[in-house]
Amino acid sequence: MIDRYDIYMAGVGGQGIGLLAEVLVRAADRAGLAVKGCDTHGLAQRGGVVTSHLRIGKAAHSPLVSPGAADLVIGLERHEALRAAQGHLKEGGVLVWYDTVLQPLDVRLGAARAVSAAAVEEECGRRGARAILVLREDLADPRMQNVAILAALAEHKLPPGLGREHIKAALGDLMEGPALERNLALFE
Amino acid sequence: MKNLGRILLSEEPFSEIVIGDSAVARALVESGVRAITSYPGSPTPEIADALGAVPKAERPFYFEFSTNEKVALEVAFGAAINGHHAAVFFKSVGLNVAADSFVQLGLMDIPGGMLVILGDDPGANSSQNEQDNRHYAELACLPLLEPATAQEAYEMTMEASRIARERRTAVIVRLTTHVCHAKERVSFGAWKPEPPDRTPRFDPDASNYIPIAASVFPMKRRALARLQELRASFETSPLNRVTEGGDPRRGVIAAGTARLSLLDALEELPPERRPAVLELGTVYPLPHGLVRRFLDGREEVKILEELDPLLEREIKAEAYDWRATTRIVGKLDPEELVGEYLPAKVRGILADTWPDLGLAPKAAGAPGAGPERVPARPAQLCPGCGHRSAFFAIKKALAAEDITVADIGCHTLGHLPPYKMGRVLLSMGHSTATASGLSLWNDSRRVLCFLGDSTFFHAGMPAIVNAVYNAHNVTLVVMENGTTAMTGHQDHPGTGRNWNGEIPKIGVREALAGLGVANVREVDAYRQAELEAAVRAALAEPGFKVVIAKHPCMLKLTREARRKPGYLARSVAVSAAKCTRAHTCVSAFACPSFQLHADGSVTVSRELCIGDGSCRQVCPAEAIEAPAAAGKE
Repeated sequence: MIDRYDIYMAGVGGQGIGLLAEVLVRAADRAGLAVKGCDTHGLAQRGGVVTSHLRIGKAAHSPLVSPGAADLVIGLERHEALRAAQGHLKEGGVLVWYDTVLQPLDVRLGAARAVSAAAVEEECGRRGARAILVLREDLADPRMQNVAILAALAEHKLPPGLGREHIKAALGDLMEGPALERNLALFE
Repeated sequence: MKNLGRILLSEEPFSEIVIGDSAVARALVESGVRAITSYPGSPTPEIADALGAVPKAERPFYFEFSTNEKVALEVAFGAAINGHHAAVFFKSVGLNVAADSFVQLGLMDIPGGMLVILGDDPGANSSQNEQDNRHYAELACLPLLEPATAQEAYEMTMEASRIARERRTAVIVRLTTHVCHAKERVSFGAWKPEPPDRTPRFDPDASNYIPIAASVFPMKRRALARLQELRASFETSPLNRVTEGGDPRRGVIAAGTARLSLLDALEELPPERRPAVLELGTVYPLPHGLVRRFLDGREEVKILEELDPLLEREIKAEAYDWRATTRIVGKLDPEELVGEYLPAKVRGILADTWPDLGLAPKAAGAPGAGPERVPARPAQLCPGCGHRSAFFAIKKALAAEDITVADIGCHTLGHLPPYKMGRVLLSMGHSTATASGLSLWNDSRRVLCFLGDSTFFHAGMPAIVNAVYNAHNVTLVVMENGTTAMTGHQDHPGTGRNWNGEIPKIGVREALAGLGVANVREVDAYRQAELEAAVRAALAEPGFKVVIAKHPCMLKLTREARRKPGYLARSVAVSAAKCTRAHTCVSAFACPSFQLHADGSVTVSRELCIGDGSCRQVCPAEAIEAPAAAGKE
């Protein structure tokens, strides 16, 4: 049994981090793990940063992951992947990220430089962390990038103790019909 | 697929993964609450979402979103003095709105029992301050329970309900943001549905309900006596818990989510260095005997409480009377009054309090961030938002030195670059009155203020009446988007729907006419030239003027459209041939769909653009092409 495994997720409002986190909580629960989590809400849906915390194991009390303590960081967008890795990824952890770009305000205003994919890789290198890049050209809708991340997690057997069947069953808790079929197809 | 509504009505004991807010909703069902009221405000609207998932015909409760928190509290009170178990919930600062009536509740005999469920927001995650509403418990002579987890949110709401009914009083359940939104598997009890009692039981002869002058005193004595009884009963409450540590010299008293952060920090210590812990659930009135027994024999006790030092002051005062020799350590630094007691913060506080614990200042193995600076991503108006068109147009009508006043809602985001519109904010509905004051002794800088439509009905009207009555020289722009957008698209009196169904619409324009506002213009916010002209004209006229900048919330509209079969995603595109790189779209209009590239070119993100086309009128080169299906990047 895992003593403690912390996951920190980040993306941009509207990218579906709520669903991603809800599936992971339910999948971990289905795998028999002690799990708790917490989304950030509030102003988040207005295009700001959205984060979600998930903690596995009986030694986790707060639902919130501490800076520099995440075993696994999930980034749904390039800038947010880097921000999340800088803030929360622990030495030797894993970053799973989707390489899409939604420019932050200052980049659009020409007041700051956009982040490169190489910068994300470098940050992971500095931390001795493994970077797993997800990019699927076959997505019918960019709003399925969150489920593409889930499929990648299943592929890499992350988080430990959680199987593909747990993730798929958790998706079934939350959706049905053609939407469920479309999303499950990403796991094939 | 799981159905939350069905789950909440389960008659058998069960467990389910839910957030704290949903756990509270189940407690309301299970404890037989009949009347529930609210005004939407983070972190509590999800309680209403959960209640709304219960099929309409099977709801054992009445629910309404009232026009504001004070009204909501009064409706719940009215139901409760008629014998119905009642509950009201709203966000932290909502209690300020409700306070005038709320502070009277302790004086009253409430036969149905009443719950006041607060969503406090330490850390100001989605609020204009991080006020500590525990202060209000003492002010109103009401008990306050404070859970730390979703499981406890359920259990303490159940316990609050039991106390409220038994003592015929109101009980406060103080939730905080990361209790409302924390998610875990929660175990629930059985629910035995009972038919509603339709007998109105209000009896003003059995108990006095008119607190005036000297009649207040017996009511206050009753409230104080009730508190003393509760204090005694809390001495043995299972909501408080003592865990002995390996170090008998030291203890920590903690409440709320600070308890969880504390337990996380203690996991890092060897057992022999761990202090004992008193976790408090019954925060007010504080069980003094329990605290005294915890202090007795310990050399040092740290009080660990988020925000204000209320427990600290009370425990120190009591300890003085006991002549306690324990060193009581409260807040050592002003920073301990600021922000959430997240695990890292609590670890730091403990390390400062007891350096010999050997707690690392930060998590083991946390490396410093690399050199790459990630640009901030503030919240912003959605693609297609009518407020963006309005800000872009209104800015043109204003001089640089004019003063703009914000109010609360999505349009508060107008204060950010590049619009910088609405530069002062107090509270819901303040804008017209603050603007009125700004107009006094001021002949050179014109004053314009903003107000949303839900806020218009919430607290906006008194200041509008005042501006008419006292003839203030102010231009008010009502940003009417037909919903309460910021908190998740709840209806309001102007939408034609309440929580329970269709109702005749109360129009903002008609309401303004009724309030005596003679000078009113109404323009679709997407018609930027007309809106600019309307604001220019209004600013040039004397007295109190209103411009309604109207456009439906496009986030809501697009979400609804996407759910319908045959929805076709559309987006605009920038013609590379026509683009002169004026960058008005990206830097002045600033819709997040526009992406600026290093070579100065601009493209449109298909992920973000909703194909509304409100941007086309801003391009001086007319390079933004009409929305088309599957537009090219």
